[in-house]
Parts: sequence; structure tokens; C-alpha cells
Amino acid sequence: MTRHPDDFHPLLRLVHWLMAAMVLAMLFIGVGMVSTTGPLYPALLALHRPVGIAILILVLIRLPLRLITGAPPLPDDLSPLQRQAAKASHVLLYAGMIAMPLIGWAMLSAGGYRITLTKALALPPILPHDLALYALLREAHTAIAVLLFALILAHLSAALMHGLIRRDGVLRSMTTGHRYRADTPDAVGHAPAPIAKDLDARYSTADDA
Amino acid sequence: MPLPRPLPLAPAALIGAIALLLAGAFAWAAGWIGARRIDGGDVIASLDYNGGKHPGYRRAHAKGLCFSGSFHANGAGSALSSASALRAGEYPVIGRFSVAGGNPLATDGRNVFHSMALLLRTPDGQEWRMAMDHTPIFPVADIASFIALQRATKPDPRTGKPDPALMKPFLAAHPEVKAFQDYMARATLPDSFANATYYSINAFRFTAKGQTRLVRWQFDPEAPLSGLDKKDLDALPRDYLFREIIARTAKGSSRWHLKLVVANPGDITDNATVAWTGPHRTIDAGILTLTAVQPEEAGACRDLNFDPTILPPGIGLSDDPMLAARSKAYSSSFTRRAGEGAGPSAAGADFSKEAEQ
Repeated sequence: MTRHPDDFHPLLRLVHWLMAAMVLAMLFIGVGMVSTTGPLYPALLALHRPVGIAILILVLIRLPLRLITGAPPLPDDLSPLQRQAAKASHVLLYAGMIAMPLIGWAMLSAGGYRITLTKALALPPILPHDLALYALLREAHTAIAVLLFALILAHLSAALMHGLIRRDGVLRSMTTGHRYRADTPDAVGHAPAPIAKDLDARYSTADDA
Repeated sequence: MPLPRPLPLAPAALIGAIALLLAGAFAWAAGWIGARRIDGGDVIASLDYNGGKHPGYRRAHAKGLCFSGSFHANGAGSALSSASALRAGEYPVIGRFSVAGGNPLATDGRNVFHSMALLLRTPDGQEWRMAMDHTPIFPVADIASFIALQRATKPDPRTGKPDPALMKPFLAAHPEVKAFQDYMARATLPDSFANATYYSINAFRFTAKGQTRLVRWQFDPEAPLSGLDKKDLDALPRDYLFREIIARTAKGSSRWHLKLVVANPGDITDNATVAWTGPHRTIDAGILTLTAVQPEEAGACRDLNFDPTILPPGIGLSDDPMLAARSKAYSSSFTRRAGEGAGPSAAGADFSKEAEQ
């Protein structure tokens, strides 16, 4: 089946929603674990590292996929400023998704920690054992996490704005996709997506523009 | 900006509500709103309150000395855990001796914890980190009590002793602290780092061949225990214990036996204030040999976090809530001192002074 020119590649859509759930979960796990001395702390910490590395692997698959398969055009009636904002926010989302796990990995390396994914499996350090570096990266990890979360909220709000208010097909390009008129005698494919379906976008992280 | 005018109220409100809900959930997860949680910063604040601020140092056990050596496992420990460190063989060890408190230049003449931290690495990359004290019990069972203890025992600047007006009600509310203080008053205060027994404090889960048992461990010294005169502690030279171990190590190595003590049915395994008494199945798993000491400026121990929850496969956490709390508090302490930059150590400063003379 050929892909509609107004849609993202189906594989990219799949990775988008998988990563949306993972990145959002990671942000919550991260701020949650550092907020407590309770029994959840070691459990969340043990989860945080492998999920972080899984996100890094996924984004390293996703970025080339996105560059190869491209993105559908934005609606013609968007202002240049909105186009620039869309582009910049997506670049930053990708940058955040790549930077956060790398900083985490580098930070543990500089702290003299073993980078354990499971108790038996560990990654090699990518920086020398240096506490000044560790301190810097540790601060960056938190600051970028908060910025990334804010960016995700903006991204989600914009996606919902497209889907619920403008109804211009931008949200659908990352969800169900458009249907060819020829394939669909009924008009279902052209009706604006029902609100309930669009609510799935609350888990949105980064798609593309 | 070709949005429909007027803006459809319901969808706009819905979008705003979703964003607010997520932001609120995030703030709650982070502990910025909602019920107060005890975080690492609270523990650090209580330690700073008790002993003053000493930027650049560990918030607890600030005064220390690095050592190196090896652990020679005899293989007997493999009956309890699949950890590589317990399989017969010899493994390098990085260690640190310390005395309790946040002051890196404190005197050794105090009836407080003497501690040993270890990092054991095996060739397959497994790591076992430990932070042990010379007492089989800990004064408190949970982190809230630990913070309360720091606040209650803050030395009064006029007397140098805790304020009795604070201590009396605290001890009444915390019989476990009273029991610990009584123990410390009775017990021998080792006159050397080399002749003290170091205890795991908490219980851990040891797993081998699908069987899990709860274990506390201890390092029993080969050197016979002798004690400091507690009545004369004020007269002890400031760095007595550190100089003693430096001099002793110059003459020869010190050795300890790692004893793995398996919990009996009915033993309390989630509360480090309660001692295990009576006969226990105990396995001598091998010998720790200390071959060299280094001031923190030159040794490998200063920039490590001896987080006792960093464990090899085959060893896991028990249900003792202090383990999670120690892990988080150590991490907060580590992150803070990393950002502050390390300061000179007591032993290191003395060494360099003597080198100049």
C-alpha cells in the first residue's frame, strides 16, 4: 500500500508513539526517583538506566528513518513564524532525546560508577572518572529534563491544536493517517478524527514537521 | 495565524486542561507539590545542621584514608551467592577507613563509628560496594529517625554536648537510640582500624542455585581487639587512628576474614537496630588483606561513592528501608561534594606538612 503524501511513514509513527510513552515515563521516573529516600528509589533507579539506553537505541534508529522517509508538508496557511517554531521545536526534541541518555551515560562514567543495565550487563564508560565533569553533567541532566518536559507539553498542545481546533490533518499525519479518496467510498477517512481518538496524543513526544 | 475566530472554547479548554494535568502530575512526581517526601537534600541538611557545613567533603564520615589490597575468596561463599567475588580467587580491593561525622579535621578521640568502605571488582566487571561500621547495630531503623537524631544531637556550642532538653524527649521516643548509646558506652572502642570488626549493618538477600537467604556479613580482624581509654579520649592526638594504621601498614599488612552470617527463622531482617543473637550458620568466605594506605589526595577512594546498594548478581537488597535511604543520601552527598571540589584530607595535610619539615 502506498503511503499518503500527507502522512509520516507508518514505521516512524510506530516508533514515535513507542518513544512517546517511554520518554514521558522516563521523565516521571527520573524526577520521581530523586525526590525520595523511600524504597522506590533503588527500584526506579534500576529501571531508569536500561530504559534510557533503550530510548537512545530507538532514537538512533528513528533519526535516519525520519531523514530518509521525510515529513509531510505543513498546511499552506501557517505563518512563517509558525513554520520556524515547528521546525525548531522538532530539532530540539530530537536533540533532547539523543542528549539525555548520552548525558546520563557520560555522567555515570565521570562519577566512577558502573553503567549497569541489568545486574549482569554493563556498558563501558565513555568519559574518564572526573568528579567536576560528573557534577556538571548531573546538573545538565536535570536542567535538560525539565526543558524537555516543557517542550513536550508545547508539542502536545500544538498537536492537539492542529487536531481539535484547526482540524488540518497535521495530527492525523502521525496517528491514523489519511486515506485516499479512491480507496474509501465512505467519507470516514475525511471526517475530522473524533476527539476521543485524538486524546491519545496526550502521550505525544516528538513527531515531525 | 489562521485559527478559527472565535476560538472554539471547549477544545481549547480541553487542550489547556490536558497540559495542566500533565504539568501537575510531573510536579507531584518531582515532589514539588503534594505531601512532603524525605529526599536526599533533607538528609544532607540534617547532617549539615548537626556538624556544620564542610563543602567539598562527604557529608558523613568526612575524615578518611584510602587503602588498597585484595580479597582472597576461598569459594565457600558460593553456597550462599552466585556473586563472582565469592568464587575462589583473588580480587583487587579499593577501600577507605573513616570516622563518623561531617568534619574532615575532627579528632579521633571520640566514641563514634569507625568505618570501613570497600569496592570489590572481579575480572568479569561485577562490582560489590560496601560501607560498614564497627558496630553490629545501627542507632536508627528509618531515615526519618536518622534526621531527628541529627537534629537532637547537635552539639551545644557552650558545652560541646547535645542539649539535654532536646535529647530527653528524643530518647524517650526512640528507645532504639537509647539502646545503641548504651551499647556504645559498654563496647570496646577499637584503638586501631586494623583490630575492629566491620559489620554490614543491614541484611542483604543472597541467592545461589535458586535459593535465597537473608545474610548479614562482617569482616573479623586477625589482629586482637584492644580498646582506647574512653575516659581519656580528649587527650588522644587528633589523628591518632590514622597515624596508627599508616605506621602499622608500613610494617606489614592487616587481614580480616569475611564471615557471612545467615539469618535464623525469626531474625529481624528489615531493621538494623536489632542484633541477631545466638548461634547462626556462618561461612568464612575468604580473607581481606590490606597492603597499602594512601591519603585521599593520592588514593582511589576519595572520588568514589561507596553506595552499599551497588551489588553484584547473586546479592540483592533486603526489605530494610535504610538501604534505599542510604543509597539516596550517599548519592546526594556525592553529587554535592563533586560540585564543590575536594578539600585537603587530615592525613594528607599532615603528610605534606611532614614532608616539608
